[in-house]
Amino acid sequence: MDVSGADLKPDSFEELAVPLFDQLYNFARWLTQNREEAEDLVQETYTKALRGFSSFQIGTNFRAWMYRILRNTFLTSRTGLKVTMTVPLDTDEDGPELAIERDTPETLLFERSNRELIEGAMDDLPVHFREILLLCEVEEMSYQEIAETLSVPIGTVMSRLSRARRSLRDRLRPPLQESVTAMNAKGTVTKGTNHGL
Amino acid sequence: MVCESWKEKLDTYLDGEVPEQEMRTFDAHVRSCSSCAADALARVQMKRAIQVAGKRFTPSAEFRKRMQQRVASKSKRAFRMEWMLAAVAAVVLVAAALTSTYVGRRADGDLAARDHVFSEIADLHVETLASSSPVDVVSTDRHTVKPWFQGRIPFAFNLPELQNTEFSLLGGRMTYLDQAPGAHLIYDARKHHISVFVFQERAFSSLSNSLNSKLPANAASPTKLPFNTESWSQNGLRYFVIGDASPADIDSLAKLFKAAA
Repeated sequence: MDVSGADLKPDSFEELAVPLFDQLYNFARWLTQNREEAEDLVQETYTKALRGFSSFQIGTNFRAWMYRILRNTFLTSRTGLKVTMTVPLDTDEDGPELAIERDTPETLLFERSNRELIEGAMDDLPVHFREILLLCEVEEMSYQEIAETLSVPIGTVMSRLSRARRSLRDRLRPPLQESVTAMNAKGTVTKGTNHGL
Repeated sequence: MVCESWKEKLDTYLDGEVPEQEMRTFDAHVRSCSSCAADALARVQMKRAIQVAGKRFTPSAEFRKRMQQRVASKSKRAFRMEWMLAAVAAVVLVAAALTSTYVGRRADGDLAARDHVFSEIADLHVETLASSSPVDVVSTDRHTVKPWFQGRIPFAFNLPELQNTEFSLLGGRMTYLDQAPGAHLIYDARKHHISVFVFQERAFSSLSNSLNSKLPANAASPTKLPFNTESWSQNGLRYFVIGDASPADIDSLAKLFKAAA
């Protein structure tokens, strides 16, 4: 969402910011994992954004700007500080790729289509992995937009995203294996159907 | 593994982030390679599953209504305030031009902006020291602390060598000021903790603009703060040194940073 100079009318803030409300709330809720804190975070984000709207740089990305404000507000909140203090040091180095497996988390997931498992695995992810997955997959931001939102270089976006996906796959593997095994034991899943993917 | 190099880039390809030329080559490969096609399909399914699961939360109708009213009333108020301020500013400017007090008023604005920045810096310093884990990277070695910031902040800076000085490095952490990311380093000098903040100088342009004044090139310490402070701009970076150590210690640490930059 680029804003040109001509678009920056006095009531532009309301026009630009209100449509982002639901998605900002969703993002806030994933970060805080608490309804009241998410509401406070969104409220503070809008207050700060409105206050700083005159300094918003024309021609830059408004959505990334709003997400950046929300994220920075979260990082300096009590919950954000607690979360970031407990996150292991993020070296942004890629480890070795996992060996290719026939029953990958994705294929198992296709069988089970278990949304709850994904939600649980995402809840368990470190916040810096959770946020980048949400920005990429849910908000469908480009790497450039994510880089602007997180204030990191694009290379970091790519490596962090790769590790976030791998971490999510690792977290999904055991429950999905169990889930499929249980279903197989009941005879409700035909063995080998996930190999054709 | 034949397809290893393709698979490494598969996620980037599915995110639509490889160059156009490479995209076409990728398309052709995925069409002709059953292993990569299966992998691509599985990853697309995972992306979709995350997308569905990720849209998990919706705000309550009550909260949405409350926020819409708040934004509408605030933006209207801000708009009215903008016009009122513009009108007041116009009157002030005319009056100032007539009475030659314009320069004085500008100086007051600069002081207010500077005090605001120092007040924020003091808050960050106190808040960090009050925390049970004040630093994210705990090390006395500048060669450990400096690389830790790589990828976390969008700029690089040098840390001074502290051998034969009264200072020791305790560690560092990321910080934010006016939405701009920066580095926060904590030093010890004779049992006093001193914070050094480094930000991009351009990060202050928005703050300065919003306050309609610019941070002075070599801002001196405001007298009302209970700390000794020093700030300067060097190579596009804005440095702040703050602590309850003596002005001489603050100045010594500032000089070490200036020499290292």
